[in-house]
Parts: sequence; structure tokens; C-alpha cells
Amino acid sequence: MRYDSLLDSLGNTPLVGLPRLSPDPAARLWAKLEDRNPTGSVKDRAAFFMVAQAEKDGLLKPGSTLLEPTSGNTGISLAMVAKLRGYQMICVMPENTSAERRQLLEMYGAQIISSPAAGGSNEAVRVAKQLAAEHSDWVMLYQYGNEANSLAHYETTGPEILADLPSITHFVAGLGTTGTLMGTGRYLREHVPGVQIVAAEPRYGELVYGLRNIDEGFVPELYDASVLTSRFSVTSTDALRRTRELLDREGLFAGISSGAAVHAALAMADKALAAGQEADIVVMIADGGWRYLSTGAYSGTLEEAEARLEGQLWA
Amino acid sequence: MAIEVRIPTILRTYTGGAKSVEGSGDTLADLIADVDSRHTGLQERLVDASGLRRFVNVYLNDEDVRFIGGLEAPVKDGDTVTVLPAVAGGAR
Repeated sequence: MRYDSLLDSLGNTPLVGLPRLSPDPAARLWAKLEDRNPTGSVKDRAAFFMVAQAEKDGLLKPGSTLLEPTSGNTGISLAMVAKLRGYQMICVMPENTSAERRQLLEMYGAQIISSPAAGGSNEAVRVAKQLAAEHSDWVMLYQYGNEANSLAHYETTGPEILADLPSITHFVAGLGTTGTLMGTGRYLREHVPGVQIVAAEPRYGELVYGLRNIDEGFVPELYDASVLTSRFSVTSTDALRRTRELLDREGLFAGISSGAAVHAALAMADKALAAGQEADIVVMIADGGWRYLSTGAYSGTLEEAEARLEGQLWA
Repeated sequence: MAIEVRIPTILRTYTGGAKSVEGSGDTLADLIADVDSRHTGLQERLVDASGLRRFVNVYLNDEDVRFIGGLEAPVKDGDTVTVLPAVAGGAR
């Protein structure tokens, strides 16, 4: 396949069957391999669409500075797009995110501003919003509220999946900014009656939830619960166990949010089988395992790896 | 009947520091009221006039209750209910 540039090679990722992980030939799992994007994650779609929209809206000029609360993949995607389009990039991220992400960001020329580990991504969002208010010339595309994020999935991810698997019964993905589920979910629900849109939300350790008042929580502005049909909270133990099963049984080296999605997908497969129904379940593989190696998630026993993940943002 | 209710750090002042408490009831609403009878004030932090509070997520056996009946979700012996604050999600 030939493209004029790296950005043109975005999307059109493979959909790969997981026959060994599927519990039964009647309930089939299919992995959408988003690590096959320009910088190796599903975020390339959102980053490209958000920058393209900002350019159309006249918000960016040569040398403009982009600011974003991001613990990694979005920052890496935006840093790549910024580099190719001639913009500066500043990422605000919690200080306890993995070393590979920081390294990659700096290699792409991004500047990192660290927010305190306690309070996790909520705090990074708060700090970024404050910086944006203080620097009116910086452009915060804001992945948690920018409709171009979900639009990317409505226009690309959804149609790709439907074209590859017209018999789809479930779409399962990690829930973060909610862009993937909102965009892909909306598209699939418009075209496939009865399709289930299932969210796998990571459940972190207590440090991440912190001591902040429960009335000061955060719900991404993109989130519309009516697009989902189910939402699961997946522990790091379960996500990790499934991530290792993906590798052991299917030879697929995926990031840990993919394990969380597989966990929810298997729950849906069991439900379908119990109801005597066939299922074709698409599972979002948001990225490869490379950016999580330093978390220790892939070495030693499951218990040892789980202990290492405590306090870390693993998805 | 015993249903485990896991409490987030921020609300453990109501449970004397306990990470989880037990309760009973036929629905989630009953269960919350039952737990509140021994840990006064907890219900008020979880529920307001329109239902579950916006930044509170409640999971019944790891599934978000808002999709399986909300406060009217049926609960039974052996179930686990987990309460968590709404957060921005992890490494995006």
C-alpha cells in the first residue's frame, strides 16, 4: 500500500480474529489493531481530526503552540502532527506515567509539564485549563470535549468495522475521553439495529482517586451515556490477566487497556452464549504493549505485576 | 443476607475508616438506605433528588448500575457493589 505521507496512512487498520481466546465458535472475538497507526495508537485518529478541524476554524498558524492534558498517547499523536504541520507542543501529564511515554514525547519535540501524581488525570486537566486561561495564544484542543475526537471515529473507525464485519453484534472499547465509544458507537447504532456498545473503564488504585471531594469529579464533556448499552469497571488484575492471555494465546502484544476491553468482551460473549445467541464482538486494541514495559506489567507473576501497577496509570 | 458495599477513600469517614461494609435489600436503593441506617450521612453523599449524584459511579458486580436499572437495580445475596468517584480516566 502506498501513501503520499505518514499522515495519509492513518486508519484502515486490520480486524483480526481471536479464535483461541473466543470461548466458543458461536461467540467470536475480533481485534481491531489500532497500534497499526502512524504513531502506534488509536489516538492518531483523534489528533489528526482535531488539528485538521482547528486549521479549518482558523485557530492555528505556523508556529502556534498546542497545549493538552495528556498522559501519553494523545500527546504523542499530537506531537507528531504538530511536528509535521509546524506547531509547538506542550503536554500536561501526571508525574507517575511510564518512562517510555515521556521519552517518546520528548523525541517528538514536545515539552512536558508535570502535574501531581495524586489526583491523576483530573489534576492534569485542571492544570491544563488553568494554563490555557493564563496563555490566550496557546491552543488547547482538549481531547475530553472536542467533538472532532468522536467525529474521527464516527467517520473512520465505525465505517471500517462495519465494512469488515457486517455481522457485528458488539463493539467493546476502553473508556477514557469516551471519543472512541461515542463516535464508533453512534455510527454503529445508526447502521446496525440492536448492536451493543460496551465500555471497559479502568479501575485504578486509591492514589488515583485520591481524597478529592466526591462532588468535584470529572465527566468528559464528550460523554453521552445514551450511546452506550453497558459499562464495566475492570480492575488492573483482570486487565493484566487478559493482556497476558492475548499474548500467550493469540500472540498479540497489546497495551493494558486492551486487556480491560477483552475482559468486558468475554463477559459479553458469556452472556450471549447463555442466551443461546451467536455473537461477533469487536474489541478495540488501542495500542501495543511497548509503552507499558517499564511498568513491569509483562514480567514475573501476575501478582508481582499487579503490585507494580498499583499507583500507576496503566491505561 | 449479605451484600458487600465497597467505599471509596473519601467516604470512609462515614464508615469509621472501613473499606467496605455489608448491607441488605432487594434493590440498590434499599441497600443504600440500609447501609445509611448504620452509617448516617452516606446516602446523602450518593443520592440526591434526581437519583445518583453526577460524580458518583456505582457498580454492581463491576457493571455500572446506570445501565442495569439504576437505583432500582435488583441486588441479591453475594453481590458486590463498588462506589467510585468519577475521574478523567487514565493515560490518554
